[in-house]
Amino acid sequence: MKEELLKRWVKGPDGVEFEVEPMSDYFCEAPPTVMPAAYGKIVEDMFNWARSESIWILGFGTGCGAIEMRPLMTPRFDAYRYGIQWRPTPRQANLFVISGYLSTKTLKRAIRAYEQMQNPKYVIGLGSCTINGGMYWDSYNTIKRLDDFLPVDIYIAGCMPRPEALLAGFVDMKKLIRSGKGEGANLYAKNFEWYKANQKRVIHDWDMPDYNW
Amino acid sequence: MPFDWMKIPYSLLTLFIVLNYGLLLGALIQKMGARAGRRYGIPIWQNYVDLIKNYSIRSSITHGSMFYLGPVFRLSGGVGLLLFVPTIYGSYMFSNLSFAGDLILALYFVFFGTLGMALGAGESGHPHAAIGVTRGLSQVSTAELPFALAVFSVALQYQTLSVTDIVAAQQGGIMNWTLFTNPLAVAAAMLAFLGTMMRPPFDVVIAPQEIPIGPPTEYHSSYLALMQTNRAIFPIAKIVIYMNLFFGGADNWPIFFLKVFVIYLWSAFVGVVFPRFRVEQSVRWFLVWALPLGILSIVLV
Repeated sequence: MKEELLKRWVKGPDGVEFEVEPMSDYFCEAPPTVMPAAYGKIVEDMFNWARSESIWILGFGTGCGAIEMRPLMTPRFDAYRYGIQWRPTPRQANLFVISGYLSTKTLKRAIRAYEQMQNPKYVIGLGSCTINGGMYWDSYNTIKRLDDFLPVDIYIAGCMPRPEALLAGFVDMKKLIRSGKGEGANLYAKNFEWYKANQKRVIHDWDMPDYNW
Repeated sequence: MPFDWMKIPYSLLTLFIVLNYGLLLGALIQKMGARAGRRYGIPIWQNYVDLIKNYSIRSSITHGSMFYLGPVFRLSGGVGLLLFVPTIYGSYMFSNLSFAGDLILALYFVFFGTLGMALGAGESGHPHAAIGVTRGLSQVSTAELPFALAVFSVALQYQTLSVTDIVAAQQGGIMNWTLFTNPLAVAAAMLAFLGTMMRPPFDVVIAPQEIPIGPPTEYHSSYLALMQTNRAIFPIAKIVIYMNLFFGGADNWPIFFLKVFVIYLWSAFVGVVFPRFRVEQSVRWFLVWALPLGILSIVLV
């Protein structure tokens, strides 16, 4: 573990010495919990409709596929008319588009961003790299199968898929959410240990707590 | 003074109408901005869906008690502002809880939400939130200066601090509006108006591309939904004050909707035409262009 993450005594600017433990001071260590649908069928159906019609995407391009998301924000394809918006912060986002190959270094950030999103949350794997590694199938530094690390709801195949394919994927995502099957967050909480083990297998310098809320 | 209890349901009705109008108008203005950028834009009901979605998020986290209170303060700023000024002139139902000195109270409420947000966003501990709030406070403070001067100028002109009396003085034809009887004050106030609407060129506070969304960076689910509710109410409440002080008020709902729309459009129009100011540029802009107008209007009155 890196030196700055170890538990140690620090002298503050006012001369007072105090103990810091970065790994537990700044993060929540409680694992995620399964949060089932809490209301009756009618209310949950309405909620699912609202969730499907208002998809907020985390504006975090993890790979080359991020370039396919830009045309969706501009006049040519304009995804806003489908209720799809980009949010700059994981706290407000519902959908995480893993756009293309994911290097292990980016995977670390992707995990943190995913865990900071609020339940219910969804993941779309964009491009063949997220399915089987694609053209990076023999790379030492990228993950091959995204589903081992984050619960993926929908894959959009292609290298690269066009923005139209992305729009079609969003429409499928909407159908999924509306039918109440967008429960990736609960799947992640249920199989938390399995996901963590997989993540730690590829991330060798694991210097964060097991769960970043 | 005996309190009229019937005022409470009537005020809630005003609140309901204004909330719905605010949600629809916000989407409409966003759509017009999109059309100016040759996009189709969001559906007109999108704000409702976003609101329901955010209330339906299952999990939420907290950073402390001020983090809870931030959105509550913000919402009470918007609701309070709306409830203490008369919405429809001459109507018993929609005069709300206005009283003799409501102009001063309204000036406070305009600022109240920003302060609450500063406390809440400060406790979220996110550096972008702190930067956003610092920018917001300095920009809104300087925008408030010309607005306050314009309000004092109008109060001096009509020799009253009651919004109802000011509206009453403007009745009887378009030439009686403050817009024509005291154009300098209106000009100063309308320039200040741009600074508080969070639209370009004065939207550096939330600057989505630079400091991800600023003050509400850490806000999510119901907290965010509360703030969205306020985002629908607060601009309308602020425009109601502008309408009452400078544009002759409204004596029925259609006139109200029309005037509010036109005043809102002014900020949207400027917004799609001009690019974003940095915060020191906008502070300087308010001090150089808007403030002298405000001072001049006071001197001339």
